[in-house]
Amino acid sequence: MTSEVADSVEAAAAAPTGFLGRHGATIEYILIPGAALAGALVVFGIFVALFGKNPLDLYFYMYQGAFGTWFSWQNTLTRAAPLILTALCTALPAQLGMVIIGGEGALLIGALSATSMALAMPSAPPLAVQFAMAAAGMTGGGLWIMLSGGLRQYRGVNETISSLLLVYVALAILNHLVEGPMRDPASLNKPSTREIGAANMIGSIPGTEVHWGLVFGVIAAIACYVLIYHTTFGFAARVAGGNIRAAKIVGLSVGNLILTICFLAGSCAGLAGMVEVAAVQGRTNANLAAGYGFTGILVAFLARQNPLAVIPVAILIGGIGASGGLLQRRLGLPDASVLVLQGIIFVFVLASDALYGRIGFLKGKP
Amino acid sequence: MIVGEIPQPPGAFGIDAIAMTMRFGDFTALDNVELKVRAGTLHALLGENGAGKSTLVKCIMGYYRATEGQMIVGDREQTIANPKDAHALGLGMVYQHFTLVPAMTVAENLVLARDNVPAVIDWAKEKKDLAAFLSRMPFKVPLGARVADISAGERQKCEILKQLYLKRRFLILDEPTSVLTPGEADEVLGMLRKMVENGGLTILMITHKFREVMAFADEMTILRRGRLAGKGPVRELTPDAMARAMIGAEELTIQPPRSGEAGGVRLELDKLNALDDAGAVAVNDVSLSVRGGEIVGIAGVSGNGQRQLVEVLAGQREAESGEIRVAGEAYRASREEMRRHKMSLLPEEPLKNACVGGMSVADNVAFREFDRAPFAKGGWWLDRAAFRSDAERKISRYKIKTRGPDMPIAALSGGNVQRAVLARELGGDVEVLIAANPCFGLDFAAVAQIHAEIMAARNRGAAVLLVSEDLDELLELSDRLVVMFHGRLVYEAHASEADLTEVGRHMAGH
Repeated sequence: MTSEVADSVEAAAAAPTGFLGRHGATIEYILIPGAALAGALVVFGIFVALFGKNPLDLYFYMYQGAFGTWFSWQNTLTRAAPLILTALCTALPAQLGMVIIGGEGALLIGALSATSMALAMPSAPPLAVQFAMAAAGMTGGGLWIMLSGGLRQYRGVNETISSLLLVYVALAILNHLVEGPMRDPASLNKPSTREIGAANMIGSIPGTEVHWGLVFGVIAAIACYVLIYHTTFGFAARVAGGNIRAAKIVGLSVGNLILTICFLAGSCAGLAGMVEVAAVQGRTNANLAAGYGFTGILVAFLARQNPLAVIPVAILIGGIGASGGLLQRRLGLPDASVLVLQGIIFVFVLASDALYGRIGFLKGKP
Repeated sequence: MIVGEIPQPPGAFGIDAIAMTMRFGDFTALDNVELKVRAGTLHALLGENGAGKSTLVKCIMGYYRATEGQMIVGDREQTIANPKDAHALGLGMVYQHFTLVPAMTVAENLVLARDNVPAVIDWAKEKKDLAAFLSRMPFKVPLGARVADISAGERQKCEILKQLYLKRRFLILDEPTSVLTPGEADEVLGMLRKMVENGGLTILMITHKFREVMAFADEMTILRRGRLAGKGPVRELTPDAMARAMIGAEELTIQPPRSGEAGGVRLELDKLNALDDAGAVAVNDVSLSVRGGEIVGIAGVSGNGQRQLVEVLAGQREAESGEIRVAGEAYRASREEMRRHKMSLLPEEPLKNACVGGMSVADNVAFREFDRAPFAKGGWWLDRAAFRSDAERKISRYKIKTRGPDMPIAALSGGNVQRAVLARELGGDVEVLIAANPCFGLDFAAVAQIHAEIMAARNRGAAVLLVSEDLDELLELSDRLVVMFHGRLVYEAHASEADLTEVGRHMAGH
């Protein structure tokens, strides 16, 4: 828009009026990702039509599988829980202008740390074990992403690349440990660690089959939002993320900000790893590398890196994942087709970035 | 317009923008403005920041669609819906900032700009054509040189040549001399003036500088707050009358007289060395001390290490060696030290160096104090109401023109961004002030206000280091003047006794 503003008297009268004028930007943040999602669904419909299936059936079964019944809702929410946490691993560093895509690595390291902690305290009361597991998972994941942040701050290594490559390092460490030193001799086909024990599992939210990880995720997302928008730390992070030169000229310590934010981001993904162990798997093995870390990147981008928006978006994407089984059973589509849909969504969301500020009717009267 | 209708007659043509009104939402940027530029004249468009000059030329060039108004180009009414239409009519624009590709040669840049670049370029033929074209032009540029290697003056000439090469016969120049030294500015404008006189070209020039208007323009139009505030032949107007038309009834801030004695040494640089981005030595063994109640001016042609020196002082660049001491203590530009020593910084290009464009005015003016009461409750919880009330106070005290404290600061005009930074940096006590080209590209009202604030800070006992490329500004404000050349300080004098030819000689490295 214009860079020119008249004197304050005229300007006061010139404040944007009307619903569109006042909320144009907010509407944009909902409309554009929504349209990208719809566009992706249409393209996926065409993809499915090529398999000779009716796209309308597809949309119906996707809805059924994700949100149609209480059973599918529980399935969806269970999948959303780790997604919220891994999305935060991308969304938090984004406030500093960093693109971290290594949430998967932090998740794996978090799971390993949490499992090790549980196995190290076999006779402690369950609550203590659970706390210790959460602390260990968060610390492990946090340090893992902080490594990327440190490489960027002190060695000038691109954090996107280093965090991605560290995923494979994490996977290699995990495989080494579960096949070697930490292997449970009883796990024959699927090398795994010993189980943390049924008593130490964190269980479900009463009345549901959704585990407590969902609550952890929602709390973490709200905490991140409050941290970024209501605290001095978040303010400093937004200054440094918006313009690093401005941050330096007012003496903010950019290095500390990067390391702290990276640690917090990794902690979220590490907590996701702990939850997967303590609520789902009960042990650490290669099953943990289920791609939650990578899907979290999609969630963060779709939520435009807003920690609060991560919650509904994670539920939506969790729903798409949850509907995969139904699509396979009812339409005979390959299991991987929901991954195709995720890929299409990602492309649409990234492309839709170009639309911000260009939608005519949201710019106020011409 | 329908391209290929009836071609415009050759030679210079004028334009007449009639009753132009441009509204953005409820905000009127242009209100019923007429701009008539006669064929074969050099017309100056004057006005303060935010007066609507850029909006007007953007309407003419088709970047904006005027809400109301008519455009007559030559002697026919035309609808200019986009810049392509404007180009087809022979209208071209030279921007304040360069639009050349630095890594390509001048010749490549010229050919690249054409609409009809063939898929395979016959460079031998193009170079011959370009050489023939250049021989008809009053200015020469090295065709084979990379744009990155030529001076700012030559780049500006290339920009103008590019427009002529594209056969534009009506040029709009947006502050064409803001990046040039006075010598280069006179040269370029003199040549343009000659081309206008020889016929074939009409020029509309946006400018702040009266000297250039008086020396080179035939006619002028003055805008104020989106309305026409005056027009007429240059010879009938005095600079005073122009200034009055531009600023209207607004009173300029009066600069306080120099008062008080210089105190003890407050800021000391000891054998400071720093590199530029390419790793070359930019600041070379600079030693300097500034006392409280003193303004030390650093003069020099742009690119002699002043920027890197200021960046080191601002904490934006690491020094290679040497030491900075403030009030006798080593200084490493941490937040705590800046606060303890009451350091203030007014960097050049404030939007790029000192603001976050997407954050609000209220947030931006709080960058120094946001982590203390009253902005932060308990040292960590942000109190939005405090941000707002503090911003409102600063907006009125520093006359920042904004639609409100919640506007993103990038939406403000340059002068108002600088006012916001001024409010933040000089709003509290100041013991050390470092200012770099604080008035670059600003209008009188803003310049007068900034000069007054700097002088007032000095009179209150602050040590001021003023780095500027504007010698007049330095001579007016400084107590002591030093010249920087190739990263070294090569000359020092009391400003009142400085010999201009001597200063100029050292700036040029002789």
